[in-house]
Amino acid sequence: MSLRSPLSRVLGLGTAKKGTGHFLSQRISALGLLLLGGWFAYRMFTFGSFAYLEVIRFIGSPFNSVLLLLLVLTLAYHSWLGVQVVIEDYVHAPGVKLFALIASRFAHLLVAAVSAYAILQIGLGT
Amino acid sequence: MAVFKLPQNSKITKGRHFGAAEGASNTRSFGVYRYDPTSGENPRVDTYEIDLDSCGPMVLDALIKIKNEIDPTLTFRRSCREGICGSCAMNIDGGNTLACTRAIGSIKGNVRVYPLPHMPVVKDLVPDLTNFYAQYASIKPWLQTQTPPPADRERLQSKEDQEKINEPSACILCACCSAGCPSYWWNSDRYLGPAVLLAAHRWLVDSRDEATGERLDQLEDPFRLYRCHTILNCTQTCPKGLNPAKAIAEIKKMLVERRV
Repeated sequence: MSLRSPLSRVLGLGTAKKGTGHFLSQRISALGLLLLGGWFAYRMFTFGSFAYLEVIRFIGSPFNSVLLLLLVLTLAYHSWLGVQVVIEDYVHAPGVKLFALIASRFAHLLVAAVSAYAILQIGLGT
Repeated sequence: MAVFKLPQNSKITKGRHFGAAEGASNTRSFGVYRYDPTSGENPRVDTYEIDLDSCGPMVLDALIKIKNEIDPTLTFRRSCREGICGSCAMNIDGGNTLACTRAIGSIKGNVRVYPLPHMPVVKDLVPDLTNFYAQYASIKPWLQTQTPPPADRERLQSKEDQEKINEPSACILCACCSAGCPSYWWNSDRYLGPAVLLAAHRWLVDSRDEATGERLDQLEDPFRLYRCHTILNCTQTCPKGLNPAKAIAEIKKMLVERRV
């Protein structure tokens, strides 16, 4: 049983003095996704044939390569921010929470790196 | 980890049934949550058949009738019976509101009365608001100034500036909004909740206050403020018709404003 006063418990370790950056990043990356996702959806709906060579040619164009690269990086970043919020909301065991936050960061970095590598490889033709 | 199963002592059982008085023709059934943590028994829902012809129009009138005439062991808070003290906040017909301003006639079928959700229960319909009040105290809900007060008069405020604090000042701290917020359910140990953030906003926009920066510093935290995910249950359930969600959005805007 703790005899700490209710106010002491509420004040806890004090304020982290951050959070606004995270809040802003969520909104700005969402805006970016709206634009890039809109472009991607439009291109997919109007794509003629999904034959291998056609797709390679599409990704290989410099314009498409750059936009696709931006799309996967923004997507991974936005997803990382969102999953972080979900973990903070629902996971309360301190060790598990820290592990989940770090694992999520690594997983999103991995997805971003693999996607970027694939696009660059096609785009640069190597 | 997240807990998906209710603890054993949270499972609600069927309770006692109290029939209507003889000769009653206009009756309504009230299912009321009963729990005494010291008894070792699980919570139960007792059912009371109330004769509406001999009862006032509000849910609080029915609860008082039950306590006075049928079952004196029923425990609940009440004081002003006109929606200004916030004592009789409870969950009625699935929504948090004040028993004294919720008309029985506005509810279809059986009337279900539970305590405010996700708060420890002291007994029956009385929640433990210790943490809620401590959170309120933590935002220092009083005027903070550096300028000494004028010697011959009060600190002046324009009519426009006064109007900014009109609405948040109408909050009666009944805790309906905080107890209705899912973010507050999961993280009430660190998230301040809509009622306290509405109060914080009231002091942030008070033109006489000189601690705006310090107040914002104290709120800038991933948990204290940013657990709000704009679910809007708070605004929907507020029995005074206030808009805590908008106040929280305004605080977030102020924090962005001071860094861009």
